[in-house]
Amino acid sequence: MTVDDTPEDEGELIACPQCDALYRVVSLDHGERANCTRCHTVLISSRRRAFARAAALSLTVVVLMIGATIFPFLSVSVAGLTNSSSVLDAALAFAGGPMFALSVAVAALIVLIPIARSVLVLYVLTPLVFGRKPFRHAVDAFRYAEAMRPWSMAEIFVIGVAVALVKVADLARVGFGPAFWMFAALVVVIVVQDSYINRWTIWKALDRSRQ
Amino acid sequence: MDDMESARPQQTVTARGSGLVACTRCSRVWPADRDICGRCHAPLQSRDPTALSRVWAWMAVGIICYIPANLYPMLLTQTLLSTSKSTIIGGAIELIHHGAVGIAIIIIVASVLIPMGKFVAIAYLALSLKHQVKLSAAARHRLYEYVEFIGRWSMIDVFVVAILSSLVQLSAVAAINPGPAAITFALSVIFTMLSAQSFDPRSIWDAEEEDTE
Repeated sequence: MTVDDTPEDEGELIACPQCDALYRVVSLDHGERANCTRCHTVLISSRRRAFARAAALSLTVVVLMIGATIFPFLSVSVAGLTNSSSVLDAALAFAGGPMFALSVAVAALIVLIPIARSVLVLYVLTPLVFGRKPFRHAVDAFRYAEAMRPWSMAEIFVIGVAVALVKVADLARVGFGPAFWMFAALVVVIVVQDSYINRWTIWKALDRSRQ
Repeated sequence: MDDMESARPQQTVTARGSGLVACTRCSRVWPADRDICGRCHAPLQSRDPTALSRVWAWMAVGIICYIPANLYPMLLTQTLLSTSKSTIIGGAIELIHHGAVGIAIIIIVASVLIPMGKFVAIAYLALSLKHQVKLSAAARHRLYEYVEFIGRWSMIDVFVVAILSSLVQLSAVAAINPGPAAITFALSVIFTMLSAQSFDPRSIWDAEEEDTE
């Protein structure tokens, strides 16, 4: 695209956040995506009822995460001794002594950040789904949700569980609790939820409804 | 999956080239003299001159933390018969002896190859801004995306230690406890993630434009 010398509304333009290439916004049909021609970053993606779906999936994440934290996750038994552990126990494994900070970090990465992100997305999208004005501070809420994205590590934790199970397998018998299956489902839901969150569309919607 | 329409495919118009500043958070474009995005309230800066120093600083602490992470034990395992301490590499070798080659490969890739590769890749990207390099801007941008995407996965080993230490607490029969390397390794991963996040991929393309002019 070319940018004329004539001044125009900057709101009609979109710049690639990755490489600064400038484009005029085009309207897309459902299922279409607009990529940057230079670095192929997805700029806009349009999906049918994306807000409603992203909100519904966020609610699912919150419910599953609460369940996955409360119920027993895994148990081991050997020679008549049994120990079971929840996701929070795993996070608090470092709680004693100088490793306390690591406990806080692990709890944040696998439980608190994923759940906080979903609550924030829910807060931002729910009024938009029903065609209402956004709640107060929705802009800040979405900003925090976006900042948390790289630090939400539930899916990495699941691979960690798989590795840990192999290590324990020859030491003791392993049993799976309900939280294990909830957490496994959670990872799938988080991936799908992410695919329905298009930043540009949400920012645009927040912008428009404020005016 | 149409790409955005481009009249002159060879010459891309950038926001900075048009006297505008783009918000990297919400993609909104503003006149160059604005310093806060009116849409998402992010601070606006066309190019951050301190970005590169932050990249190097975070990377330096990341490397410093990575050294003890490999020297000190990650896991302390006690069973009825023996007590053993294993480092990251030691743990992977143990797994190979037990026949779990696939899992050993996951651990080596996540805890050794990815962090080392990340240090090299970020250093290469940072140096490529000032020096002539072979890789094109498009290839370097792809490299940056891989680094951003894959860096978080190094946390696997920390989570493995967390799960094992909470699960295997069977009084005298078997107990696993975290070693000091767990914390330095976690810090190393966090610092390298911050290093990669500090890098501004737009600067890869800026250098390219200056070359063609």
